[in-house]
Amino acid sequence: MAEVIWGLATSHVPSIGAAMDRGKTDDPNWKALFDGYAPARAWLAEHRPDVAIVVYNDHANGIDLDFVPTFGLGTAERYEVADEGFGRRPVPDVVGHPELSLHLVESLVDEEFDLTVFQELQVDHGFTVPLSVWTPDPGDQWPCPVIPLLVNVIQYPQPTAARCYALGRALGRAIRSYPEDITVGVLGTGGMSHQLAGARAGFINPDFDHMWMETIRTDPARLARLTREELITQAGSEGIELIMWLVMRGAMDEQVTEVHSDYFVPASNTAAGIALFDNRPPSA
Amino acid sequence: MTRAPVRERGTTAMSTDAGPGRRDLPGTPVFDGDSSRRGLRMNKLFMSLRHADARQRFLADEAAYCREFGLTAEQERAVLGRDWQAMIDLGGSIFYVYKLAMIDGRSMQYLGGVFTGMGEEDFLAAMRAGGRRDG
Ligand SMILES: [Fe+2]
Repeated sequence: MAEVIWGLATSHVPSIGAAMDRGKTDDPNWKALFDGYAPARAWLAEHRPDVAIVVYNDHANGIDLDFVPTFGLGTAERYEVADEGFGRRPVPDVVGHPELSLHLVESLVDEEFDLTVFQELQVDHGFTVPLSVWTPDPGDQWPCPVIPLLVNVIQYPQPTAARCYALGRALGRAIRSYPEDITVGVLGTGGMSHQLAGARAGFINPDFDHMWMETIRTDPARLARLTREELITQAGSEGIELIMWLVMRGAMDEQVTEVHSDYFVPASNTAAGIALFDNRPPSA
Repeated sequence: MTRAPVRERGTTAMSTDAGPGRRDLPGTPVFDGDSSRRGLRMNKLFMSLRHADARQRFLADEAAYCREFGLTAEQERAVLGRDWQAMIDLGGSIFYVYKLAMIDGRSMQYLGGVFTGMGEEDFLAAMRAGGRRDG
């Protein structure tokens, strides 16, 4: 059976990828963010899974507003990196894992999560920036095959936090029921507090972010009770994308060990967080 | 379902056609189904700008390009005049509107400066100082 060995929560702000692509990681505006990534990166380099699942949202690159799937899963062999307008990021295309994808779709639909299936999908910064946070220098391929799990967070009504957490729990069961003995890493992306438009643009809420970062480990069910309105009020209109961390967390065990976490303001207009959890029993 | 207390601040309450049971948070545009329906043609135009040939055609004759996508007169005025607030009010999603800003070489901090009325420099300084707070 497959096993989730770690979960990584991270912001997916495009400027983090741009800072890396343009060699600006030692720039005074960025250095503290990347220094904060270092311990997680070192640990992850020692714990390469067989497959990873990235929970993310698209930002007008892979899909448009003709179709707004609440949840979607990629089943392709490859995912091309999208050109978001000014050339694609200089990072490798993504190799998928169709066998595990199809198993996940079937298990999740059996559990009544009726996902949209993507046989073709270009992945944008929401997907590639978390991979770069994990692996800054991938060379010509990412450390393992990766499966995209899409969540609509840009058009109201987004799925509830509770539904995201429940999806994560079902995802964990689906992974554990995969017949092959493989290891899986799950990435929950987005956040933390931010708002891009309106008179309240630039809103950041460090108290909420710190509460979230702590509670995602200790009591995710409590976060799952937050309403959309509470999330938008406390984390900003785009900060609601933190619900994607709950999908990742749900796929892990009740008890997880924090390997590393860090918090940085600002990555462009956003509070950037990283939290890495070991999902193996403490004795392992 | 309980509703969050809504703090009063800011001036621009958007999405006045709030859905059933939804309350607006002032200064916080919520991109909902109604906005998306109103903004669909305009957002599709923004989406098309990912491609270099489309950007060229757009820049060569912006008004014609807007008509090709079937924008309303108001939306066309907002796009041609780079009225970023109006684009949001007329159904633009910030992630789509941003594609147009990128063509102009404008950053998300520039847009933040416009939406808040602070100007880019002050907005950027506020972000570097830890971001803006409520109240
Ligand atoms: Fe995002």
